[in-house]
Amino acid sequence: MSKDTHESPVLEARGLVKRYGKVTALDHCDFDLRPGEILAVIGDNGAGKSTLIKALSGAIQPNAGEIFLEGQPVSFGSPNDARGEGIETVYQTLAMSPALSIADNMFMGRELRMPGIMGQFFRKLDRKRMEEFSRQKLSELGLMTIQNINQPVETLSGGQRQGVAVARAAAFGSRVVILDEPTAALGVKESRRVLDLIQEVRARGIPIILISHNMPHVFEVADRVHIHRLGKRLCVIDPKEHTMSDAVAYMTGAAVPEGVEEPA
Amino acid sequence: MAEADRYEDVVRTRSDEKFAEFEDSGKGLWGRFHELLHTTPAIVPLIVLLSACVVFGLILGSKFFSPFALTLILQQVQIVGVLAAAQALIILTAGIDLSVGAVAVLCSVIMGQVTFRYGVPAVLAVPIGLACGIAIGAINGWLVSKVKLPPFIVTLGMWQIVLAVNYLYSANETIRAQDIEAQAPFLQFLGTKFNVGGAVFTLGVVLMLVLVLVLAYVLRSTAWGRHVYAVGDDPEAAQLAGVDRHRTIMSVYMLVGFICGLAGWVMIGRFGSVSPSATTGVIGNIQAITAVVIGGISLFGGRGSILGAFFGALIVGVFELGLRMAGADPQWTYLLIGVLIIAAVTVDQWIRKVTA
Repeated sequence: MSKDTHESPVLEARGLVKRYGKVTALDHCDFDLRPGEILAVIGDNGAGKSTLIKALSGAIQPNAGEIFLEGQPVSFGSPNDARGEGIETVYQTLAMSPALSIADNMFMGRELRMPGIMGQFFRKLDRKRMEEFSRQKLSELGLMTIQNINQPVETLSGGQRQGVAVARAAAFGSRVVILDEPTAALGVKESRRVLDLIQEVRARGIPIILISHNMPHVFEVADRVHIHRLGKRLCVIDPKEHTMSDAVAYMTGAAVPEGVEEPA
Repeated sequence: MAEADRYEDVVRTRSDEKFAEFEDSGKGLWGRFHELLHTTPAIVPLIVLLSACVVFGLILGSKFFSPFALTLILQQVQIVGVLAAAQALIILTAGIDLSVGAVAVLCSVIMGQVTFRYGVPAVLAVPIGLACGIAIGAINGWLVSKVKLPPFIVTLGMWQIVLAVNYLYSANETIRAQDIEAQAPFLQFLGTKFNVGGAVFTLGVVLMLVLVLVLAYVLRSTAWGRHVYAVGDDPEAAQLAGVDRHRTIMSVYMLVGFICGLAGWVMIGRFGSVSPSATTGVIGNIQAITAVVIGGISLFGGRGSILGAFFGALIVGVFELGLRMAGADPQWTYLLIGVLIIAAVTVDQWIRKVTA
């Protein structure tokens, strides 16, 4: 990796703890995301990676620990707080309203209003501006020839929906984009296209957190791989220096990475 | 990466093809019709409404097709029309409101009693009645949104509670039309009639029309309207996308309470008197749901338009008046409306089936 490893992280977490009753989902977990990188987060089911991601995106509030965004301590009470700081998440469920149009979905919760009295008093939406913006963002990511930005999302294929969701995150995620299992529901060909899309987003300088179970995908696009085990970060590996079997061995506990002491 | 991992290379080299192309691939006339219905669901009830008018016009001639008869329909549907607008909002959020008719009656009773029992001027009594409507709506909304009870149960209970309160509070006494006319004519304000070339309108009809147009605008062209659809479509997704689900639901139920209050005021204008035993309290909810369903609004939420609900109310009005003029047994009206309800839901299911 040519990047300066001492570059200060964009998003950083120290000692995060989250308990659900007697279960400790996060056990003093650390996390670092560096500028411009794709950081994959992998771990076995139940290792606590989705809890970690929810804490970073504001969907849950940790019981202890701190989160820093560009060095400043932050605390997110809701996904909207995180979004306000430029952290966008593409959820596995995509969080789109199937009956509403692509443009409506792109701007859900942050609609643009008309200038002047029509917007201020009559609260009229500026459809033209929202449609143009959506069309532009989709084309920037090479996502189309969209003929009809007003077609309902439910008329799109799985890959197209994922594309729109990624475009929405990339359009508004000025600092971090979090992708939760973006290829899990897709066919081989559509996965391919979404991976290209992820790299296009990175090429524009936005760091990405990628949660995935698909080792070939992780090893193909990630700059670093955060391996999560038993509620905390076990290690971070460089995918160029480790094999997929190593990664799987570390995350299941079959092997222990150098310099890490696995508790018995 | 090991050689064995390169199984995806085939698709990679051809990944630019056919991924996110959105063009129309020649769906044919039928497909386009399907798409049109999908984007403008109010078309179906409009077609039904127009054909019903044509059929009755052919059978009954100028007796039906006169400005007087056609505006009579508007007068007859004004209460149901206003209630249907309220019901449509709730159903768009994937809820249902069984209390709309009862709330309307209670609000009309409050407007009347506050004037006659406590001597409050009618211009103040009307806002008091409307405020009570909003308060009941807020309770419904809070129970649905915060306590997470099913809307059906909440409003089933509220329907009974409101009807009982209505009888207890009014001691089942009707306030006579003559008394209202003499002492508080403002209560009957929405009953004011005016003529436009043989067509007779009341201010209540005007209120219904304005209400429908305003709601259609708000639902279509404001962020709040989009949020109502999004919450009805998929509440989890809407919440994750940044919509405040609780605020949206609360605002819908409170607005609906307010509209029910308006319906109560319309009732005083229409009947002249204030009666706690008005049938609207018992069947108003079913009438409103019927109009909404015939109007093509999906009971699963998130689909349909307020104009559809208005057309649905008009369809019922046209059938009632037309069949009565034709001298048919009134049971034919109920039979046909029953058929329409089932047909409308069938069409809705078909529309929802999208073949991408």
